[in-house]
Amino acid sequence: MSAAMAANAQRMAAHRRRKLVNIIALSLSLTAMAFGLVWLIWILADTVVRGIGGLSIAIFTEMTPAPNVEGGGLANAIYGSMVIVGLATLIGTPIGVLAGVYLGEYGQRTLLGNVTRFVNDILLSAPSIVIGLFIYAVIVAKTRTFSGFAGVLALALIVIPVVVRTTENMLQLIPNQLREAAYALGAPKWRVITLVTLKAARAGVVTGVLLAIARISGETAPLLFTALSNQFWSMDLSEPMANLPVTIFKFALSPFENWQKMAWTGVFLITLGVLALNIIARVMFRKKD
Amino acid sequence: MLNAELQKPTDAQQGQAPAAVEQTKILVDNLNFYYGKFHALKNINLTIPEKRVTAFIGPSGCGKSTLLRVLNRMFELYPEQRAEGRVLLDGEDILSTKDDVSLIRARVGMVFQKPTPFPMTIYENIAFGVRLFEKMSRSDMDERVEWALNQAALWKEVKDKLHQSGTSLSGGQQQRLCIARGIAIKPEVLLLDEPCSALDPISTAKIEELINELKRDYTVVIVTHNMQQAARVSDYTAYMYLGELIEVGVTESIFIKPTSKQTEDYITGRFG
Repeated sequence: MSAAMAANAQRMAAHRRRKLVNIIALSLSLTAMAFGLVWLIWILADTVVRGIGGLSIAIFTEMTPAPNVEGGGLANAIYGSMVIVGLATLIGTPIGVLAGVYLGEYGQRTLLGNVTRFVNDILLSAPSIVIGLFIYAVIVAKTRTFSGFAGVLALALIVIPVVVRTTENMLQLIPNQLREAAYALGAPKWRVITLVTLKAARAGVVTGVLLAIARISGETAPLLFTALSNQFWSMDLSEPMANLPVTIFKFALSPFENWQKMAWTGVFLITLGVLALNIIARVMFRKKD
Repeated sequence: MLNAELQKPTDAQQGQAPAAVEQTKILVDNLNFYYGKFHALKNINLTIPEKRVTAFIGPSGCGKSTLLRVLNRMFELYPEQRAEGRVLLDGEDILSTKDDVSLIRARVGMVFQKPTPFPMTIYENIAFGVRLFEKMSRSDMDERVEWALNQAALWKEVKDKLHQSGTSLSGGQQQRLCIARGIAIKPEVLLLDEPCSALDPISTAKIEELINELKRDYTVVIVTHNMQQAARVSDYTAYMYLGELIEVGVTESIFIKPTSKQTEDYITGRFG
């Protein structure tokens, strides 16, 4: 009887100790979370407060203004960003998906596959300024002009590794049984991949593309060396092209109040766009499960 | 239902005098199989008769699924796996044939342990395999889809939702969809790898009933862990242990009077 009571007392003590440790660990992790959230909310709030005031129809219809002049908008920068980001996605997505399919379905354990995966990981973590400088050296220095097209290439180089990674990862999540079931019907490999596995991984692959778009919409460094910027409406990809990040960079650093205000509006727009893309990506991915 | 019941006595009669009537569909001749260095199947010799149900039983890891996966060369998807010996399908060795493997798989269909509907509609799940080898009009395809779903006893349940996703069905329905998909390409042999192990008893009963119907037109080979199932659905049973084929024969005699002590121990539950 007393032995049972002693054992019970021991359990109670252990239980109290566990409770205490639990409280300490929980408060530590809550503090860490709060620390992270504070900055995020601060940034978002600041962006909204400073950016939303400048929103007007003119932002979407008028060109970037001269210093210290009332009015003007970001139409050329918004348009340029959409063109550059859109084309970079159009170029980067098929290459990324194809390479991802190679890694996930063909080169799983081959030397070429392993090397490609390794190089892709390096590219994935390469600072974007390095990619900007690379395109500068390869394209801009050769053609002797900054151009929208150089910007497109730089951003496409950022899109590719992201899409390769997510495509490969998503294909790996597809159970082998699904592949076997398709092979069991006598389907050739390319049909299995295009009609069954890629289709099953569709939501994940699209999510990867959306996240890549979100990533490049805010990239400044690669565009600074490639597309540069343009104060005027320009649809010519062989010339410097206006875009939001570089315009924001330029305007924010300037001493002119109207430019600074417009920079905040640009920041607000990009933040909104990236947030929307992230939310769409999340919703799409959840639908799959 | 009615058909299945009418057929039973005939089957029993045929079961008692097999050698005289049976046509060989698949002949496994001195088959050895390796996972890398692991010798998984040892000198397997086996005859699988046409339009009968043959069951492979045995404890986990005995090689019954491995043997099944040789019969449609599914193992070839994995480079470290290899088979030696001969597997004759209607007299032609499928292991050494120059024919494309997809042609063999179109003749020897397979249904897996877990239901594997493709990420497409019920209709497309079935049309997918048919389109691989046949070009047909939309109305012919409609007919084929209905026929296959009827064969798999699923038509009544899904005829109003053919264009819904195949993954929206219940587990038992998904498995019957997979069987319908396998039948739709009109194979000669149907390999079933523990087709009921993920299903509830009612779905299991439906599939067993279906197997009984299927053997009128197809040669069926089923791997099962459930000995009652083997006894219920199969005409012939092969008992395997540690990569060897211990005993094979008419299901009733295997279950009532096995010649091997090992088989008897397994079947009576003393082992395995």
